[in-house]
Amino acid sequence: MSARRIFARPARFAAIAPYVWMVLFFLVPFGFVLKISLSQTAIAQPPYEPVFDLTAGWTTIRAAFAALGIDNFKLIASDDIYVFAYLRSLTVAVTATALLLLIGYPIAYGMARLPKRWQAMAMVLVIVPFWTSFLIRIYAWINILQHDGLLNQILLALHLVSQPVVWLSTDTAMYIGIVYSYLPFMILPLYATLAKMEPALEEAASDLGAPPWQVFWLVTFPLSLPGVGAGVLLCFIPIVGEFVIPDLLAGSNSLMIGQTLWLEFFTNKDWPVASSAAIVLLVVLLLPLLLYERLQRRQLEER
Amino acid sequence: MTDELPRTDAVANAAGEMHPAAGEPLLRIEGVAKTFGTFRAVDGVSLDIKAGEFFALLGPSGCGKTTLLRMLAGFEAPDEGRILLGGKDIAQALPHERPINMMFQNYALFPHLSVRDNIAFGLKRARLARADIATRVAEMVALVKLDGLEKRKPDQLSGGQRQRVALARALARRPQLLLLDEPLAALDKKLRENTQGELMQLQRRLGMTFIIVTHDQEEAMTMADRIGVMNAGKLAQVAGPRELYEAPRSRWIAEFVGDINLFDAESKLCDGHRLIIGTRDAGTLVVAAPRQPVGESRFSVAIRPEKVKLSRRGPVSEAGHETAINRLDGVIADICYLGGTTTYKVKLDTGGVVQASVANSARLDVDAYSLNQQIVAWFTPDDCVVLPS
Amino acid sequence: MRKVSRLSRFNIASLALGLGFLYLPILILVIYSFNASRLVTVWGGWSLRWYYEFFGDRAMIEASWMSLRVAVASATIATLIGTLAAVALSRGERFRGRTLFSGMLYAPLVMPEVITGLSLLLLFVALNAERGFWTVTIAHTTLTMCFVAVVVQSRLGSLDRSLEEAAMDLGCAPVRAFLSVTLPLIAPAIVAGWMLAFTLSLDDLVIASFTTGPGSATLPIRIYSEVRLGVKPEINAICTLVIALIAVVIVIASLASKLSSSQGESAAPL
Repeated sequence: MSARRIFARPARFAAIAPYVWMVLFFLVPFGFVLKISLSQTAIAQPPYEPVFDLTAGWTTIRAAFAALGIDNFKLIASDDIYVFAYLRSLTVAVTATALLLLIGYPIAYGMARLPKRWQAMAMVLVIVPFWTSFLIRIYAWINILQHDGLLNQILLALHLVSQPVVWLSTDTAMYIGIVYSYLPFMILPLYATLAKMEPALEEAASDLGAPPWQVFWLVTFPLSLPGVGAGVLLCFIPIVGEFVIPDLLAGSNSLMIGQTLWLEFFTNKDWPVASSAAIVLLVVLLLPLLLYERLQRRQLEER
Repeated sequence: MTDELPRTDAVANAAGEMHPAAGEPLLRIEGVAKTFGTFRAVDGVSLDIKAGEFFALLGPSGCGKTTLLRMLAGFEAPDEGRILLGGKDIAQALPHERPINMMFQNYALFPHLSVRDNIAFGLKRARLARADIATRVAEMVALVKLDGLEKRKPDQLSGGQRQRVALARALARRPQLLLLDEPLAALDKKLRENTQGELMQLQRRLGMTFIIVTHDQEEAMTMADRIGVMNAGKLAQVAGPRELYEAPRSRWIAEFVGDINLFDAESKLCDGHRLIIGTRDAGTLVVAAPRQPVGESRFSVAIRPEKVKLSRRGPVSEAGHETAINRLDGVIADICYLGGTTTYKVKLDTGGVVQASVANSARLDVDAYSLNQQIVAWFTPDDCVVLPS
Repeated sequence: MRKVSRLSRFNIASLALGLGFLYLPILILVIYSFNASRLVTVWGGWSLRWYYEFFGDRAMIEASWMSLRVAVASATIATLIGTLAAVALSRGERFRGRTLFSGMLYAPLVMPEVITGLSLLLLFVALNAERGFWTVTIAHTTLTMCFVAVVVQSRLGSLDRSLEEAAMDLGCAPVRAFLSVTLPLIAPAIVAGWMLAFTLSLDDLVIASFTTGPGSATLPIRIYSEVRLGVKPEINAICTLVIALIAVVIVIASLASKLSSSQGESAAPL
């Protein structure tokens, strides 16, 4: 027994309530998604053929099992709309994450080099917009990007363009929105690793004759890789399933998977197909999710 | 400061057992061992500590001294052995069930509580009456000279003040045993020396039993009545400061505690209460025979640098005679001026090197030696110790 | 550590541009909410017109009230359960199912909201639960307790364990030591966790859309359906009010945590 053990027993009791909660409201629901993804669409309320009806006895359950099918998954795999939606989601997520890294890194680096007492201030400044509503921030950009919005007015006034530029309903607008919304998620883990870095390491590198760019590439950047990994995962995973930003800012001719799922669910009322789409999305994200979980656990638990 | 000293409960309890002939020790550690994974941090330690004693556990980092202390406090439970406090086995008792308090290395002051509340913390847990708590806190504040700072938070105190709060907090419950884990490590040198003195005074005045853990041998020597030197989980020697320094039990202890010159023995010859020992590095040396006879095992001759004298010609000696002394010829190879003393390294003609520490008793350097000067290093047989390798 | 700042011009430029990028759109939004003109492009002078319009809009007011209730309820439950989860993770050492437990707590942080929303809805349908206030509250609690757990856990992890040991040494049983020493010290993180949960709930569109029932729309759902139809000055006013509310919550909470503990380092809000 050690000091840690003395605490461990009561602490484990604390796990009971959250454990039960998460099993009930996080794990079990995935079972339902899986179940419904395997059932048939029906025009009813709820709009799917119930797969199990435990009151009906064993034979019906067997029949229900027999009726389970992977038809919805076949549909998803054969329908171009879905295949394109997954591909587009991945492309958008990769592009946006790369943009975020490019924009976020210099900001995080600048923060880490601020004098100590300003660093906390800078961190608050980066976090505060994150506290204001996500939807509101997207809406703010609609204000700016619309046909007669502020951006076009400025461009016209400066005679940079002669005609108002179409910004809304373009990929550009969507990328602006994504970068804007996810920037704090990229900056914070980067800043955390950069701020922890011993300044003497960079000094030693330049003392040993490395010019600034080499100091950065050979010392700073490699050492910040854990932060880069955390930031990339923290942005990439949710962006793949993003719904609000592409829905409000991008055009409607090519959809991301989050939008397709939403459409199937709310407009077409096809719950089984929507569930299958969710399952496929989950499978696509499984590897990054596991990576992220490991990273998070290591960061929080192995101090 | 008041003249009536706050007598501790511990003293009241222990006083009866302290003086009678068959006085049981306050604390008895019996064959205690603790393993972390595959690492045996404490490896069968047995030790008795008397009431009113100031005991130091000394050792290099990782030797198990802190683990042993934490087992006394109850933060770790021993895998083997017993810990008897006043005859009762407390090895498996939880920390809050023990009449033992600890002063933590980084003080572990509660940052959200004031000085007063920090000191009162343990008293409230003991369910003392409100008035009693106030009196005891006031007593403690006066004892550690923190008057006027009662309402401060720990982060508004200096390092020395924090150390006092930690001490007062641990003393407030009047524990039978106070454990101090590197209590002065965070203080700078001058403050540390002053605080050492104050801790000793306090301990003597309260008549309490202190166990201190430290890696600083000077600190242990200055403060403790007895010192337990730990190495690799085992108690290497338990002795008073003088005995530890002058009669170390092994080569490792001799080297760990202070500086020492060591010469490996190659042959030996008994001559009454003298041993004549042949060494490769320093030729033949005459040494007082140790109390325990040296067996056939390998051993070394050890001499502390301050016991090695230097002179240009050396004293007259008659080898084999009662007043035989060891004289070694050589040249000064290195000089290290340390203020109070100067350390000379003498390269011996026989090949070895001997270190001599000479007090700078005069301000002018008239009797200093210079580099490459021909010199005689000499010492008496009684100043030598024979140590098994 | 670093006494002399080693800021290069490049560092300053990227900081200024980055912060400008983060704040300008919000600032513009707030300013235009006071625009008297119906046309977003034309500045028609200062006016509170759109705020009056909002307070006259019953549907919006009802949605706001619903959102506030859900946010307070879910943030409070999430803080309770999330703190317990953080304690279990950082003080529980190893226990059976620990990996599953931490996995379930960390996954929702990045899980696409469409998946979380859909799965919860299917659960509620299967349970035949009436959808409305409670279903949204449960859904938001599930999401936000994970954030609370992370915030509190990171504070617990950085706490000096010898403080708890000192409390035990001075006569506290383990649970008592936690309550009298650890809890006050992690209080700022718990407050930050509550705030985070509150704003996340107030903000959420996707999960609420899935889990709410007819007739109980939350504010983001209403705003979303309005925004789809184009920019309306009234929305600017509502957004400004929400921003103001969140600002007030942040200020109160940071003041409270400053008062409750005078120690220098408090938990980062994320």
